[in-house]
Amino acid sequence: MSELFTLIVELEDKPGQLLRVLEPIAKNGGNIVGIVHQRGKKTPLNRVPVEISFISDSKRAEKIFSELQKEVVVRSFGKIRTSTISLLLIGHIIHTDLSDTIKRIDNIEAECVELNVTMPELDRPSTAMMTISAKGVEALERALGRVKEICREKGILVIEPVNDEL
Amino acid sequence: MIKIAIIGFGTVGQGVAELLIKKKNEIEKKIGEFKVIAIADLTGAILGDFKLEDAIESRRRGKLPENREAIDVAEKEDYDVMIEVTTTKLDESGIMYMKTALRKGASVITSNKSIAVALTDLLKLAEKKSAKLLYEATVGGAMPVIRLLNSYLALCEIRSVKGILNGTCNYILTRMEEEGLPYHQVLSEAQEMGIAEANPSADVEGIDAAIKLVILANTMGITAKFEDVEREGITKITPQAFKVAMQKGYTIRLIAEVSKKYLRVSPRLVRINSPLAIKGTLNALMINTDTAGEIFVAGRGAGKFETASVILSDLYELFRTRNS
Ligand SMILES: NC(=O)c1ccc[n+]([C@@H]2O[C@H](COP(=O)([O-])OP(=O)(O)OC[C@H]3O[C@@H](n4cnc5c(N)ncnc54)[C@H](OP(=O)(O)O)[C@@H]3O)[C@@H](O)[C@H]2O)c1
Repeated sequence: MSELFTLIVELEDKPGQLLRVLEPIAKNGGNIVGIVHQRGKKTPLNRVPVEISFISDSKRAEKIFSELQKEVVVRSFGKIRTSTISLLLIGHIIHTDLSDTIKRIDNIEAECVELNVTMPELDRPSTAMMTISAKGVEALERALGRVKEICREKGILVIEPVNDEL
Repeated sequence: MIKIAIIGFGTVGQGVAELLIKKKNEIEKKIGEFKVIAIADLTGAILGDFKLEDAIESRRRGKLPENREAIDVAEKEDYDVMIEVTTTKLDESGIMYMKTALRKGASVITSNKSIAVALTDLLKLAEKKSAKLLYEATVGGAMPVIRLLNSYLALCEIRSVKGILNGTCNYILTRMEEEGLPYHQVLSEAQEMGIAEANPSADVEGIDAAIKLVILANTMGITAKFEDVEREGITKITPQAFKVAMQKGYTIRLIAEVSKKYLRVSPRLVRINSPLAIKGTLNALMINTDTAGEIFVAGRGAGKFETASVILSDLYELFRTRNS
Protein backbone atom coordinates (compact mmCIF):
# COMPACT_ATOMS: atom_id res chain seq x y z
CA MET A 1 0.00 0.00 0.00
CA SER A 2 1.39 3.39 -0.99
CA GLU A 3 1.28 6.09 1.64
CA LEU A 4 2.04 9.75 1.88
CA PHE A 5 4.93 10.66 4.18
CA THR A 6 6.00 14.13 5.27
CA LEU A 7 9.22 14.89 7.03
CA ILE A 8 10.97 18.04 8.08
CA VAL A 9 14.76 18.27 7.78
CA GLU A 10 17.06 21.10 8.85
CA LEU A 11 19.45 22.17 6.09
CA GLU A 12 22.37 24.56 6.05
CA ASP A 13 21.52 27.58 3.92
CA LYS A 14 24.01 26.93 1.10
CA PRO A 15 23.81 25.35 -2.36
CA GLY A 16 23.67 21.59 -2.82
CA GLN A 17 22.09 20.80 0.54
CA LEU A 18 18.69 19.79 -0.76
CA LEU A 19 20.21 17.17 -3.05
CA ARG A 20 21.59 15.30 -0.04
CA VAL A 21 18.02 14.79 1.08
CA LEU A 22 16.32 14.18 -2.24
CA GLU A 23 18.80 11.58 -3.43
CA PRO A 24 18.13 8.93 -0.75
CA ILE A 25 14.39 9.38 -1.29
CA ALA A 26 14.55 9.00 -5.06
CA LYS A 27 17.11 6.19 -4.89
CA ASN A 28 14.77 4.16 -2.68
CA GLY A 29 11.81 4.61 -4.97
CA GLY A 30 10.10 7.42 -3.05
CA ASN A 31 7.99 9.64 -5.27
CA ILE A 32 8.51 13.25 -4.15
CA VAL A 33 5.32 15.29 -4.29
CA GLY A 34 6.18 18.49 -2.44
CA ILE A 35 9.08 20.57 -1.08
CA VAL A 36 8.51 23.63 1.10
CA HIS A 37 11.42 25.76 2.37
CA GLN A 38 10.42 27.39 5.65
CA ARG A 39 12.89 30.26 5.31
CA GLY A 40 10.98 32.34 7.82
CA LYS A 41 11.56 29.71 10.50
CA LYS A 42 15.38 29.56 10.53
CA THR A 43 16.82 27.79 13.55
CA PRO A 44 19.30 29.45 15.99
CA LEU A 45 22.11 27.67 14.12
CA ASN A 46 20.91 29.35 10.92
CA ARG A 47 19.50 26.19 9.40
CA VAL A 48 16.39 26.21 7.19
CA PRO A 49 13.63 23.74 7.96
CA VAL A 50 12.47 22.07 4.76
CA GLU A 51 9.28 20.06 4.60
CA ILE A 52 9.33 17.27 2.06
CA SER A 53 6.40 15.03 1.21
CA PHE A 54 6.74 11.83 -0.75
CA ILE A 55 4.76 8.73 -1.59
CA SER A 56 6.22 5.32 -0.90
CA ASP A 57 5.40 2.09 0.88
CA SER A 58 6.18 1.92 4.56
CA LYS A 59 9.12 -0.46 4.18
CA ARG A 60 10.91 1.83 1.77
CA ALA A 61 10.00 4.87 3.85
CA GLU A 62 11.72 3.33 6.86
CA LYS A 63 14.85 2.81 4.81
CA ILE A 64 14.67 6.39 3.58
CA PHE A 65 14.33 7.71 7.14
CA SER A 66 17.28 5.74 8.40
CA GLU A 67 19.48 6.84 5.49
CA LEU A 68 18.43 10.47 5.90
CA GLN A 69 19.28 10.43 9.57
CA LYS A 70 22.90 9.72 8.64
CA GLU A 71 22.93 12.68 6.21
CA VAL A 72 21.11 15.52 7.90
CA VAL A 73 19.18 16.58 10.98
CA VAL A 74 15.75 15.04 10.71
CA ARG A 75 13.05 16.41 12.94
CA SER A 76 11.44 13.05 13.20
CA PHE A 77 8.50 14.49 15.12
CA GLY A 78 7.54 16.25 11.90
CA LYS A 79 6.90 12.88 10.34
CA ILE A 80 3.22 12.46 9.57
CA ARG A 81 1.95 9.42 7.81
CA THR A 82 -1.39 9.10 6.14
CA SER A 83 -2.83 6.08 4.40
CA THR A 84 -5.87 6.24 2.22
CA ILE A 85 -8.26 3.72 0.76
CA SER A 86 -11.18 4.09 -1.62
CA LEU A 87 -14.23 1.91 -1.11
CA LEU A 88 -17.28 1.41 -3.25
CA LEU A 89 -20.54 1.10 -1.35
CA ILE A 90 -23.76 -0.27 -2.84
CA GLY A 91 -27.06 -0.17 -0.94
CA HIS A 92 -29.51 2.13 0.72
CA ILE A 93 -26.75 4.48 1.79
CA ILE A 94 -28.85 7.57 2.37
CA HIS A 95 -31.90 5.95 3.87
CA THR A 96 -29.79 4.17 6.47
CA ASP A 97 -28.67 7.48 8.02
CA LEU A 98 -25.58 8.55 6.15
CA SER A 99 -24.45 11.05 8.76
CA ASP A 100 -24.60 8.35 11.43
CA THR A 101 -22.47 6.11 9.19
CA ILE A 102 -19.82 8.77 8.77
CA LYS A 103 -19.88 9.83 12.41
CA ARG A 104 -19.16 6.26 13.41
CA ILE A 105 -16.28 5.91 10.95
CA ASP A 106 -14.52 9.15 11.90
CA ASN A 107 -12.33 9.37 14.99
CA ILE A 108 -9.02 10.92 15.98
CA GLU A 109 -6.94 8.59 13.87
CA ALA A 110 -9.11 8.28 10.75
CA GLU A 111 -11.72 10.11 8.78
CA CYS A 112 -13.86 9.91 5.71
CA VAL A 113 -12.31 12.57 3.47
CA GLU A 114 -14.33 12.16 0.31
CA LEU A 115 -17.75 10.80 -0.49
CA ASN A 116 -19.43 10.74 -3.87
CA VAL A 117 -22.96 9.44 -3.71
CA THR A 118 -24.69 8.68 -6.98
CA MET A 119 -28.42 9.00 -6.54
CA PRO A 120 -30.41 6.10 -7.85
CA GLU A 121 -33.90 5.80 -9.19
CA LEU A 122 -36.55 5.75 -6.49
CA ASP A 123 -36.19 2.82 -4.09
CA ARG A 124 -33.17 1.40 -5.91
CA PRO A 125 -29.87 1.02 -4.09
CA SER A 126 -27.44 3.90 -4.50
CA THR A 127 -23.72 3.78 -5.09
CA ALA A 128 -21.03 5.73 -3.32
CA MET A 129 -17.28 6.03 -3.59
CA MET A 130 -15.86 6.69 -0.15
CA THR A 131 -12.27 7.64 0.56
CA ILE A 132 -10.93 7.19 4.05
CA SER A 133 -7.69 8.67 5.27
CA ALA A 134 -5.93 7.52 8.43
CA LYS A 135 -2.74 8.00 10.39
CA GLY A 136 -0.88 4.94 9.20
CA VAL A 137 -1.73 1.50 7.89
CA GLU A 138 -2.94 0.05 11.18
CA ALA A 139 -5.29 2.95 11.82
CA LEU A 140 -6.62 2.54 8.30
CA GLU A 141 -7.23 -1.16 8.85
CA ARG A 142 -9.13 -0.40 12.03
CA ALA A 143 -11.23 2.17 10.16
CA LEU A 144 -11.91 -0.33 7.38
CA GLY A 145 -13.02 -2.83 10.01
CA ARG A 146 -15.48 -0.26 11.36
CA VAL A 147 -16.83 0.51 7.88
CA LYS A 148 -17.41 -3.17 7.20
CA GLU A 149 -19.15 -3.70 10.51
CA ILE A 150 -21.43 -0.66 10.12
CA CYS A 151 -22.28 -1.59 6.54
CA ARG A 152 -23.02 -5.20 7.45
CA GLU A 153 -25.42 -3.90 10.07
CA LYS A 154 -27.08 -1.58 7.53
CA GLY A 155 -27.14 -4.07 4.66
CA ILE A 156 -24.69 -2.10 2.50
CA LEU A 157 -22.24 -3.97 0.28
CA VAL A 158 -18.62 -2.83 0.67
CA ILE A 159 -16.30 -3.38 -2.28
CA GLU A 160 -12.65 -3.11 -1.27
CA PRO A 161 -9.78 -2.54 -3.66
CA VAL A 162 -7.39 -5.39 -4.31
CA ASN A 163 -3.77 -4.36 -4.06
CA ASP A 164 -1.73 -6.12 -6.68
CA GLU A 165 1.77 -4.75 -6.92
CA LEU A 166 2.93 -5.90 -10.31
CA MET B 1 2.41 -50.62 -20.08
CA ILE B 2 0.54 -47.93 -18.11
CA LYS B 3 -2.97 -49.14 -17.30
CA ILE B 4 -5.59 -46.40 -17.02
CA ALA B 5 -9.12 -46.54 -15.60
CA ILE B 6 -11.48 -43.64 -16.32
CA ILE B 7 -14.32 -43.06 -13.85
CA GLY B 8 -16.92 -40.56 -15.07
CA PHE B 9 -17.45 -40.27 -18.80
CA GLY B 10 -19.09 -36.92 -19.45
CA THR B 11 -17.58 -33.85 -21.05
CA VAL B 12 -14.16 -34.12 -19.45
CA GLY B 13 -13.96 -37.94 -19.50
CA GLN B 14 -14.74 -38.05 -23.21
CA GLY B 15 -12.40 -35.13 -23.85
CA VAL B 16 -9.59 -37.13 -22.22
CA ALA B 17 -10.45 -40.19 -24.33
CA GLU B 18 -10.43 -38.09 -27.51
CA LEU B 19 -7.04 -36.60 -26.67
CA LEU B 20 -5.64 -40.02 -25.81
CA ILE B 21 -6.65 -41.14 -29.30
CA LYS B 22 -5.47 -38.03 -31.08
CA LYS B 23 -2.17 -37.63 -29.25
CA LYS B 24 -1.32 -41.31 -28.70
CA ASN B 25 2.07 -41.09 -30.44
CA GLU B 26 3.23 -37.94 -28.66
CA ILE B 27 2.08 -39.31 -25.30
CA GLU B 28 3.79 -42.67 -25.75
CA LYS B 29 7.00 -40.99 -26.84
CA LYS B 30 7.06 -39.15 -23.51
CA ILE B 31 5.74 -41.64 -20.99
CA GLY B 32 5.73 -45.02 -22.72
CA GLU B 33 2.89 -47.27 -23.78
CA PHE B 34 -0.51 -46.92 -22.17
CA LYS B 35 -3.91 -48.56 -22.38
CA VAL B 36 -7.30 -47.59 -21.01
CA ILE B 37 -8.45 -50.83 -19.42
CA ALA B 38 -11.81 -49.64 -18.08
CA ILE B 39 -14.26 -46.78 -18.28
CA ALA B 40 -17.24 -46.51 -15.94
CA ASP B 41 -19.91 -43.99 -15.06
CA LEU B 42 -23.53 -43.99 -13.92
CA THR B 43 -24.71 -45.49 -17.24
CA GLY B 44 -22.48 -48.56 -17.04
CA ALA B 45 -18.96 -49.60 -17.96
CA ILE B 46 -16.71 -50.87 -20.70
CA LEU B 47 -13.79 -53.17 -19.94
CA GLY B 48 -11.09 -55.36 -21.37
CA ASP B 49 -10.06 -55.12 -25.01
CA PHE B 50 -12.07 -52.24 -26.37
CA LYS B 51 -11.40 -49.27 -28.57
CA LEU B 52 -11.73 -45.79 -27.07
CA GLU B 53 -13.67 -44.75 -30.19
CA ASP B 54 -16.27 -47.42 -29.44
CA ALA B 55 -16.61 -46.30 -25.84
CA ILE B 56 -17.24 -42.72 -26.93
CA GLU B 57 -19.68 -43.86 -29.60
CA SER B 58 -21.71 -46.05 -27.26
CA ARG B 59 -21.84 -43.32 -24.59
CA ARG B 60 -23.04 -40.85 -27.21
CA ARG B 61 -25.78 -43.21 -28.22
CA GLY B 62 -26.90 -43.56 -24.62
CA LYS B 63 -24.96 -45.76 -22.26
CA LEU B 64 -21.80 -47.74 -21.80
CA PRO B 65 -22.41 -51.40 -22.76
CA GLU B 66 -21.73 -53.39 -19.57
CA ASN B 67 -23.77 -53.34 -16.38
CA ARG B 68 -20.95 -52.93 -13.89
CA GLU B 69 -21.01 -50.34 -11.15
CA ALA B 70 -18.15 -47.85 -11.14
CA ILE B 71 -17.20 -48.72 -7.57
CA ASP B 72 -16.95 -52.40 -8.50
CA VAL B 73 -14.68 -51.49 -11.41
CA ALA B 74 -12.57 -49.30 -9.12
CA GLU B 75 -12.20 -52.13 -6.60
CA LYS B 76 -11.62 -55.14 -8.82
CA GLU B 77 -9.82 -53.99 -11.95
CA ASP B 78 -6.07 -53.74 -12.17
CA TYR B 79 -4.84 -50.25 -13.12
CA ASP B 80 -1.89 -47.95 -12.39
CA VAL B 81 -3.81 -44.71 -12.50
CA MET B 82 -7.44 -43.72 -12.11
CA ILE B 83 -8.66 -40.66 -13.97
CA GLU B 84 -11.57 -39.60 -11.76
CA VAL B 85 -13.77 -37.08 -13.59
CA THR B 86 -17.23 -37.54 -12.08
CA THR B 87 -19.57 -34.72 -11.13
CA THR B 88 -18.56 -32.33 -8.35
CA LYS B 89 -21.02 -33.07 -5.54
CA LEU B 90 -18.99 -32.21 -2.43
CA ASP B 91 -19.99 -35.55 -0.95
CA GLU B 92 -18.33 -38.92 -0.66
CA SER B 93 -19.18 -40.46 -4.04
CA GLY B 94 -16.20 -39.23 -6.04
CA ILE B 95 -13.92 -39.39 -3.05
CA MET B 96 -14.88 -43.02 -2.52
CA TYR B 97 -13.51 -43.91 -5.96
CA MET B 98 -10.31 -42.01 -5.29
CA LYS B 99 -9.81 -43.70 -1.93
CA THR B 100 -10.43 -47.09 -3.48
CA ALA B 101 -7.73 -46.46 -6.07
CA LEU B 102 -5.23 -45.03 -3.57
CA ARG B 103 -5.75 -47.92 -1.12
CA LYS B 104 -4.73 -50.29 -3.92
CA GLY B 105 -1.59 -48.20 -4.44
CA ALA B 106 -2.83 -46.77 -7.75
CA SER B 107 -2.43 -43.04 -8.37
CA VAL B 108 -5.34 -40.71 -9.02
CA ILE B 109 -5.73 -37.79 -11.41
CA THR B 110 -8.92 -35.81 -10.91
CA SER B 111 -10.84 -32.74 -12.03
CA ASN B 112 -13.48 -33.30 -9.34
CA LYS B 113 -13.67 -30.32 -6.98
CA SER B 114 -15.23 -32.54 -4.31
CA ILE B 115 -11.65 -33.07 -3.12
CA ALA B 116 -12.09 -29.73 -1.35
CA VAL B 117 -13.78 -31.60 1.48
CA ALA B 118 -11.11 -34.28 1.82
CA LEU B 119 -7.85 -33.08 0.30
CA THR B 120 -5.62 -33.56 3.33
CA ASP B 121 -6.99 -37.06 4.01
CA LEU B 122 -6.55 -38.07 0.38
CA LEU B 123 -3.00 -36.73 0.24
CA LYS B 124 -2.12 -38.57 3.46
CA LEU B 125 -3.58 -41.79 2.12
CA ALA B 126 -1.68 -41.36 -1.14
CA GLU B 127 1.57 -40.84 0.71
CA LYS B 128 1.01 -43.86 2.89
CA LYS B 129 0.45 -46.02 -0.17
CA SER B 130 3.35 -44.46 -2.15
CA ALA B 131 0.83 -43.32 -4.72
CA LYS B 132 0.07 -39.83 -5.98
CA LEU B 133 -3.02 -37.63 -6.12
CA LEU B 134 -2.81 -35.01 -8.86
CA TYR B 135 -5.57 -32.42 -9.14
CA GLU B 136 -4.33 -29.57 -11.31
CA ALA B 137 -7.62 -29.56 -13.28
CA THR B 138 -9.72 -28.76 -10.21
CA VAL B 139 -8.53 -25.14 -9.94
CA GLY B 140 -8.40 -22.73 -12.85
CA GLY B 141 -8.80 -25.32 -15.62
CA ALA B 142 -5.95 -25.02 -18.10
CA MET B 143 -4.26 -22.27 -16.09
CA PRO B 144 -1.30 -23.83 -14.25
CA VAL B 145 -1.44 -23.22 -10.52
CA ILE B 146 -1.24 -26.33 -8.33
CA ARG B 147 2.06 -27.51 -9.77
CA LEU B 148 3.28 -23.94 -9.88
CA LEU B 149 2.81 -23.70 -6.12
CA ASN B 150 3.93 -27.21 -5.26
CA SER B 151 6.90 -27.50 -7.50
CA TYR B 152 8.15 -24.32 -9.11
CA LEU B 153 7.56 -22.21 -6.00
CA ALA B 154 8.19 -25.03 -3.54
CA LEU B 155 10.92 -23.12 -1.72
CA CYS B 156 9.16 -19.76 -1.70
CA GLU B 157 6.95 -18.54 1.06
CA ILE B 158 3.58 -17.92 -0.58
CA ARG B 159 2.27 -14.75 1.03
CA SER B 160 -0.99 -14.56 -0.82
CA VAL B 161 -2.80 -15.83 -3.86
CA LYS B 162 -5.61 -13.78 -5.30
CA GLY B 163 -7.50 -13.68 -8.52
CA ILE B 164 -10.31 -14.89 -10.69
CA LEU B 165 -11.39 -18.51 -10.36
CA ASN B 166 -14.82 -18.37 -11.97
CA GLY B 167 -15.11 -17.64 -15.68
CA THR B 168 -18.89 -17.27 -15.60
CA CYS B 169 -18.78 -14.41 -13.09
CA ASN B 170 -15.92 -12.80 -14.94
CA TYR B 171 -17.86 -12.93 -18.18
CA ILE B 172 -20.92 -11.33 -16.56
CA LEU B 173 -18.87 -8.58 -14.90
CA THR B 174 -16.98 -7.88 -18.13
CA ARG B 175 -20.22 -7.47 -20.08
CA MET B 176 -21.64 -5.19 -17.37
CA GLU B 177 -18.46 -3.13 -17.47
CA GLU B 178 -18.36 -2.80 -21.25
CA GLU B 179 -22.04 -2.44 -22.09
CA GLY B 180 -23.49 -0.86 -18.95
CA LEU B 181 -26.11 -3.62 -18.86
CA PRO B 182 -27.90 -4.69 -15.69
CA TYR B 183 -26.90 -7.94 -13.99
CA HIS B 184 -30.05 -9.94 -14.82
CA GLN B 185 -29.92 -9.12 -18.50
CA VAL B 186 -26.29 -10.21 -18.80
CA LEU B 187 -27.02 -13.35 -16.80
CA SER B 188 -29.77 -14.46 -19.22
CA GLU B 189 -27.47 -13.74 -22.12
CA ALA B 190 -24.75 -15.87 -20.51
CA GLN B 191 -27.28 -18.66 -19.92
CA GLU B 192 -28.35 -18.56 -23.56
CA MET B 193 -24.71 -18.83 -24.62
CA GLY B 194 -24.12 -21.80 -22.35
CA ILE B 195 -21.60 -19.84 -20.25
CA ALA B 196 -23.89 -19.82 -17.21
CA GLU B 197 -25.98 -22.75 -16.05
CA ALA B 198 -29.78 -22.77 -15.78
CA ASN B 199 -29.31 -22.65 -12.02
CA PRO B 200 -26.47 -20.15 -11.80
CA SER B 201 -26.20 -19.90 -8.02
CA ALA B 202 -23.01 -21.99 -7.62
CA ASP B 203 -21.24 -19.53 -9.90
CA VAL B 204 -22.81 -16.15 -9.12
CA GLU B 205 -22.91 -16.67 -5.34
CA GLY B 206 -19.18 -17.33 -5.36
CA ILE B 207 -19.62 -20.96 -4.24
CA ASP B 208 -17.59 -22.48 -7.08
CA ALA B 209 -14.77 -19.97 -6.56
CA ALA B 210 -14.85 -20.64 -2.81
CA ILE B 211 -14.50 -24.41 -3.35
CA LYS B 212 -11.46 -23.84 -5.57
CA LEU B 213 -10.06 -21.40 -3.03
CA VAL B 214 -10.31 -24.08 -0.34
CA ILE B 215 -8.35 -26.46 -2.58
CA LEU B 216 -5.72 -23.75 -3.11
CA ALA B 217 -5.50 -22.92 0.58
CA ASN B 218 -4.97 -26.55 1.59
CA THR B 219 -2.39 -26.92 -1.17
CA MET B 220 -0.53 -23.99 0.39
CA GLY B 221 -0.64 -25.66 3.80
CA ILE B 222 -3.41 -23.43 5.16
CA THR B 223 -6.03 -25.75 6.63
CA ALA B 224 -9.41 -24.49 5.47
CA LYS B 225 -12.98 -25.68 5.01
CA PHE B 226 -15.66 -24.32 2.73
CA GLU B 227 -17.50 -22.77 5.68
CA ASP B 228 -14.38 -20.79 6.57
CA VAL B 229 -14.58 -18.79 3.35
CA GLU B 230 -15.99 -15.29 3.78
CA ARG B 231 -18.16 -15.16 0.68
CA GLU B 232 -20.13 -12.57 -1.26
CA GLY B 233 -21.33 -13.09 -4.84
CA ILE B 234 -21.91 -10.71 -7.72
CA THR B 235 -25.72 -10.49 -7.67
CA LYS B 236 -25.82 -7.06 -6.04
CA ILE B 237 -23.47 -5.39 -8.50
CA THR B 238 -25.11 -2.66 -10.57
CA PRO B 239 -24.08 -0.96 -13.83
CA GLN B 240 -23.95 2.25 -11.80
CA ALA B 241 -21.31 0.72 -9.54
CA PHE B 242 -19.08 0.23 -12.58
CA LYS B 243 -19.60 3.85 -13.64
CA VAL B 244 -18.64 5.19 -10.21
CA ALA B 245 -15.65 2.83 -9.97
CA MET B 246 -14.48 3.86 -13.44
CA GLN B 247 -14.24 7.51 -12.35
CA LYS B 248 -11.48 6.46 -9.94
CA GLY B 249 -9.79 4.19 -12.47
CA TYR B 250 -11.24 0.94 -11.18
CA THR B 251 -13.36 -1.88 -12.49
CA ILE B 252 -15.03 -4.65 -10.46
CA ARG B 253 -14.08 -8.34 -10.43
CA LEU B 254 -14.99 -11.30 -8.25
CA ILE B 255 -11.71 -11.97 -6.47
CA ALA B 256 -10.81 -15.08 -4.51
CA GLU B 257 -8.07 -14.39 -1.98
CA VAL B 258 -6.09 -16.60 0.35
CA SER B 259 -3.35 -15.58 2.77
CA LYS B 260 -2.66 -16.15 6.45
CA LYS B 261 -5.08 -13.32 7.18
CA TYR B 262 -7.81 -13.72 4.58
CA LEU B 263 -9.88 -16.48 3.04
CA ARG B 264 -12.50 -14.72 1.00
CA VAL B 265 -14.37 -14.51 -2.26
CA SER B 266 -15.89 -11.10 -2.92
CA PRO B 267 -16.39 -8.40 -5.51
CA ARG B 268 -13.38 -6.08 -5.40
CA LEU B 269 -12.18 -2.89 -7.00
CA VAL B 270 -9.42 -3.71 -9.48
CA ARG B 271 -7.32 -1.05 -11.24
CA ILE B 272 -8.27 -0.89 -14.91
CA ASN B 273 -4.64 -1.43 -15.91
CA SER B 274 -4.12 -4.32 -13.48
CA PRO B 275 -3.56 -7.75 -15.05
CA LEU B 276 -6.42 -8.94 -12.81
CA ALA B 277 -8.83 -6.71 -14.75
CA ILE B 278 -8.84 -9.57 -17.24
CA LYS B 279 -11.86 -9.88 -19.52
CA GLY B 280 -14.28 -12.59 -20.57
CA THR B 281 -14.35 -16.14 -19.24
CA LEU B 282 -10.64 -16.25 -18.45
CA ASN B 283 -9.23 -17.14 -15.06
CA ALA B 284 -6.22 -15.35 -13.58
CA LEU B 285 -4.15 -15.44 -10.40
CA MET B 286 -1.58 -13.21 -8.81
CA ILE B 287 0.78 -15.09 -6.51
CA ASN B 288 2.75 -13.04 -4.02
CA THR B 289 5.96 -14.69 -2.77
CA ASP B 290 8.79 -13.71 -0.46
CA THR B 291 11.70 -14.19 -2.81
CA ALA B 292 10.24 -14.48 -6.31
CA GLY B 293 8.08 -11.37 -6.02
CA GLU B 294 4.78 -11.45 -7.83
CA ILE B 295 3.87 -14.07 -10.37
CA PHE B 296 0.86 -13.74 -12.62
CA VAL B 297 -0.86 -16.58 -14.48
CA ALA B 298 -3.95 -16.60 -16.66
CA GLY B 299 -5.76 -19.08 -18.87
CA ARG B 300 -8.97 -20.82 -19.76
CA GLY B 301 -10.74 -21.92 -16.61
CA ALA B 302 -12.95 -24.56 -18.21
CA GLY B 303 -13.80 -26.36 -21.41
CA LYS B 304 -13.71 -29.94 -22.63
CA PHE B 305 -10.26 -30.02 -24.20
CA GLU B 306 -8.73 -27.39 -21.93
CA THR B 307 -9.59 -29.49 -18.90
CA ALA B 308 -8.65 -32.75 -20.65
CA SER B 309 -5.28 -31.27 -21.58
CA VAL B 310 -4.54 -30.58 -17.92
CA ILE B 311 -5.41 -34.19 -17.09
CA LEU B 312 -2.83 -35.19 -19.69
CA SER B 313 -0.23 -32.93 -18.06
CA ASP B 314 -0.90 -34.67 -14.78
CA LEU B 315 -0.50 -38.01 -16.55
CA TYR B 316 2.82 -36.83 -17.94
CA GLU B 317 3.89 -35.60 -14.50
CA LEU B 318 3.07 -38.97 -13.01
CA PHE B 319 4.98 -41.11 -15.50
CA ARG B 320 7.63 -38.89 -17.06
CA THR B 321 10.44 -40.33 -15.01
CA ARG B 322 9.57 -43.85 -16.09
CA ASN B 323 10.68 -43.35 -19.64
CA SER B 324 13.85 -41.32 -19.09
N1 LIG C 1 -16.25 -29.23 -17.82
C1 LIG C 1 -15.24 -28.48 -17.43
O1 LIG C 1 -14.81 -27.58 -18.15
C2 LIG C 1 -14.59 -28.72 -16.10
C3 LIG C 1 -13.46 -27.95 -15.74
C4 LIG C 1 -12.82 -28.21 -14.52
C5 LIG C 1 -13.33 -29.18 -13.68
N2 LIG C 1 -14.46 -29.90 -14.04
C6 LIG C 1 -14.93 -30.92 -13.14
O2 LIG C 1 -14.72 -32.17 -13.76
C7 LIG C 1 -15.74 -33.08 -13.40
C8 LIG C 1 -16.40 -33.62 -14.65
O3 LIG C 1 -16.96 -32.55 -15.37
P1 LIG C 1 -17.81 -32.80 -16.68
O4 LIG C 1 -17.99 -31.46 -17.30
O5 LIG C 1 -17.20 -33.88 -17.46
O6 LIG C 1 -19.20 -33.28 -16.07
P2 LIG C 1 -20.31 -34.18 -16.78
O7 LIG C 1 -20.28 -33.92 -18.25
O8 LIG C 1 -21.56 -33.96 -16.06
O9 LIG C 1 -19.81 -35.65 -16.55
C9 LIG C 1 -19.80 -36.27 -15.31
C10 LIG C 1 -19.66 -37.75 -15.51
O10 LIG C 1 -19.56 -38.38 -14.25
C11 LIG C 1 -20.54 -39.38 -14.15
N3 LIG C 1 -20.94 -39.51 -12.75
C12 LIG C 1 -21.58 -38.62 -11.96
N4 LIG C 1 -21.72 -39.11 -10.71
C13 LIG C 1 -21.15 -40.34 -10.72
C14 LIG C 1 -21.00 -41.34 -9.75
N5 LIG C 1 -21.42 -41.17 -8.49
N6 LIG C 1 -20.39 -42.49 -10.12
C15 LIG C 1 -19.94 -42.65 -11.38
N7 LIG C 1 -20.07 -41.76 -12.33
C16 LIG C 1 -20.65 -40.60 -12.01
C17 LIG C 1 -21.66 -38.93 -15.04
O11 LIG C 1 -22.47 -40.00 -15.40
P3 LIG C 1 -23.95 -39.74 -15.98
O12 LIG C 1 -23.76 -38.98 -17.26
O13 LIG C 1 -24.52 -41.05 -16.17
O14 LIG C 1 -24.64 -38.89 -14.94
C18 LIG C 1 -20.85 -38.39 -16.21
O15 LIG C 1 -20.37 -39.43 -17.01
C19 LIG C 1 -16.70 -32.32 -12.52
O16 LIG C 1 -16.40 -32.62 -11.19
C20 LIG C 1 -16.41 -30.87 -12.85
O17 LIG C 1 -16.68 -30.03 -11.74
C21 LIG C 1 -15.07 -29.68 -15.24
